Order: sequence, then C-alpha cells, then structure tokens
Amino acid sequence: MPPVTHEQAPDPAGAHGYLSRREMDRFNECVLPYLDAAYNLAHYLIRDPHEAEDAVQEAFLRAIRHFAGFRGVDGRTWLLSIVRNTCFTQLRRRRSGANTIEFEEQMHSGDEQAGPETDLAHTIAVERLHEGLGQLAAEFREVLVLRELEGLSYKEIADVAGVPIGTVMSRLARARKQLSVVLAVQPGEGA
Amino acid sequence: MECREVLDRLTPFLDNELDPVASREVSRHLESCPTCAAAFARQKQLSETMRHGLEYQRAPELLRARVLRDVRAAGRGDAARAPRATGLAWRWVSVAASLVVVTGGVWLATSLPYMAARDGVIREAVSSHVRSLMANHLTDVASTDQHTVKPWFAGKLDFSPPVTDFAAAGDSLVGGRLDYLQGRTVAALVYRHRKHTINVFVWPDAHEAASIAATRQGFHVILEKHAGMAYCIVSDLNPIELAAFARKFTAAGAPPR
Repeated sequence: MPPVTHEQAPDPAGAHGYLSRREMDRFNECVLPYLDAAYNLAHYLIRDPHEAEDAVQEAFLRAIRHFAGFRGVDGRTWLLSIVRNTCFTQLRRRRSGANTIEFEEQMHSGDEQAGPETDLAHTIAVERLHEGLGQLAAEFREVLVLRELEGLSYKEIADVAGVPIGTVMSRLARARKQLSVVLAVQPGEGA
Repeated sequence: MECREVLDRLTPFLDNELDPVASREVSRHLESCPTCAAAFARQKQLSETMRHGLEYQRAPELLRARVLRDVRAAGRGDAARAPRATGLAWRWVSVAASLVVVTGGVWLATSLPYMAARDGVIREAVSSHVRSLMANHLTDVASTDQHTVKPWFAGKLDFSPPVTDFAAAGDSLVGGRLDYLQGRTVAALVYRHRKHTINVFVWPDAHEAASIAATRQGFHVILEKHAGMAYCIVSDLNPIELAAFARKFTAAGAPPR
C-alpha cells in the first residue's frame, strides 16, 4: 500500500526530508489538526499514557513517510487508521499480560436479546467506566471511542478499522452489551 | 416489525445509521412495546454515560512538541528526498490541470465571481481555525463570562459582535480573540461543545445571503449573513450539531448597535 519507499533515508528512525514545502503545508492542514484525535484513540487503546505518546509519535512518522501516497480528502480517518494499526501492533507485542475479555468477532445467539443485564445506576463513577472499558478487547474499545468520543459515522469507523460497515455495527452492539454487563457486576465481584 | 427485528436494529437506530423508513418503523414499534423500549433506553443511557463520563484525551504538550519537531524535520532537506515522489506528484498535477481546463470553462463563466469570494472566506476561516488550535492561540481574552468578553472587543473593533454563552445548552463560551479574514479585522468567538472547539468569526456585512454549509479538510463550515452581520462558524463538530449551534447563535440576537 505505501507507494513510496525510502530505504536509504538519512534518518531511518525519523522522517528527515520526506516532505516538500508544499506537501508540508498540506500535511499541516490535513493531518496535523488531528493530533488530539490521534492521542485520544491511542490513549484508550493502549491505556498507558507514555506508551500512547510513543505510539502517536511513531504513527505520525509513518504518516509523514507515506503522505506522498495520501490522495484522500479525509485526513482524520487516514491518520486514525495509521494510529490504530500502530497501536494494535504495540498491543500484540505485549499481549501476554493483558487481562481483557478475549475478542471474538462472532455473535453468540442471544447476544442481541434484551439481556438480563441490570439497569445501570444513574451515575457510574468515571473510574468504574474506565475500568470497565479496560476489560473489553481493544477491538471493542476502538469502536466505542471512535463512535462515542470522536463522533465518527459507521462508514468513517469502517475506514479507520479497515472492516466492512456491517462489522462496525455488530462490534458496536457487542461492545456496548459487554460493557453494560461488566458495569452491572459490582466492583470486586468480577474478574 | 417484530421485536426480534427491532432489537437487531437498536444499535444503528441509536447511532442514526438506519435508513429513514426502517428508522420510522423502529420508533413506531418502540412507542407500543415497553420491553423493546426498555432495551433501547438502556443502550441509550450507556451511550450517554460514555459520552459524558469519558474524558477526551488531548495530546500532552510534550507530545505535540515532539510531533511538530518531526514534521519540521520532514520538511527540511528536499535534496535528500526521492525524486520519484515529486515526479508522481507532478504527473497528478498535470492530470488535474487538464481536467480543470475541460470542466472549468463552463463553470467559470457562470458562477466564479460569487463563489470565489465566498470560497475565499471559507478557506481563510478554516485556516484560521486550524491555526488557533495549533499555535496555542485560541483566545486573547479567556473567559466564560459574556460580560467580560463583549467589552473586551470594544475599542478594538468598529462593530460590536453578539456574545452569548450557551453553557446551559451544552455550548460554553471559552473566550474571544481578534483575527483577520479577507483583509479585515474580525471578532473570533470561541465555544466548546463537548470536546469540540467551535470558532465563530463575526464581521459586519450589509449583503443578505442564504446560509451556506461546506466541508473543508474535514472541518465543517457554516456561513450565515443575518441582520447586517456575517458569521462564519467552523468546527470539527458533526454537521448536524453544528447547524443547531448556528441556529442558536444567530437567533440569540441581531447585534445591538
């Protein structure tokens, strides 16, 4: 997919000299404004502020290197797809210690029924919400953050995550379902 | 629609992603079926809990500095870059140029002068919006109090922009600053809607014109002319909520003179 390769770049870790003046202006206009969006997604996916910062910086370096191949109009979904790929690579590297509910794409029968989950208390402490979110698989956190915090449409989420729109819909349904079950469990009771 | 079908569609219904026909059928069903309505209420409550409870994590200053440094470094040393990329870019330019020549002629003759002017405003407003977010120069006067922000503009502008805080309705005033659009000084009012920053550029304009909505570089822009003032509203907020904000803002008042 990356159309330009720069094997013999002067600074292999960085992106020295990758952008022409005009490309840099365009990069500053189309991509840079989404730095906050990039960090927000990385923060919720990786759940460690320092590692999230590293992931975002790495994602921006990749974005700079591949910017010559960016022909789209939406810099936000383009950048966010690079950020999420960087984050998932990082998460896979440290998968061992994760105590999240295992991710399964398939729906279980009955998942969509009006479930037995109890009504959520009207106010859920923010820490509980973070904790609950942390127990979900990264694929579920991703769709929730992109939908609820970033306000993206299903189409835009599909572009970011690289999956069909139908998958976005079913992941969101399952993510919300799992989160409500996790939150309904009293603290200390659950895993 | 059966309960089963309705339950299957609750997620896209909640997210406004159902087609209008299905959406109407679901709402009709919810009105008459307490079980499905309860399931929907739970989903909706969870969604709202997340929106309000989870903090939008802004990039820390240090990260911003690191990224800006990388971008600047990337812009240096044009000599080191592969010429291939430039060649490709030029090929695209020539393709684009020939397209412009073919389709442009007709379009130019009919609508250029008017559209160019308003396009210029929109483009400049988006650039100003981006600059205000990037350069840490969002406000010259940071205050959530309209009675602080409004007098601040007096003496700096030859007009008085309407300043209203809509905090109760979810759009809180953050402050104001002076900005430049189309070669004149304009008032920029800054609002925050949830985590989204909204810049409202205001300047006097006697010409009445229909409101225009546009999207540039992923930002949504609404250009309104109303009661002798022009308002250009820019944000990354979704177009529906931005339009609601624009309505509120222009309704809040013709500027007192």
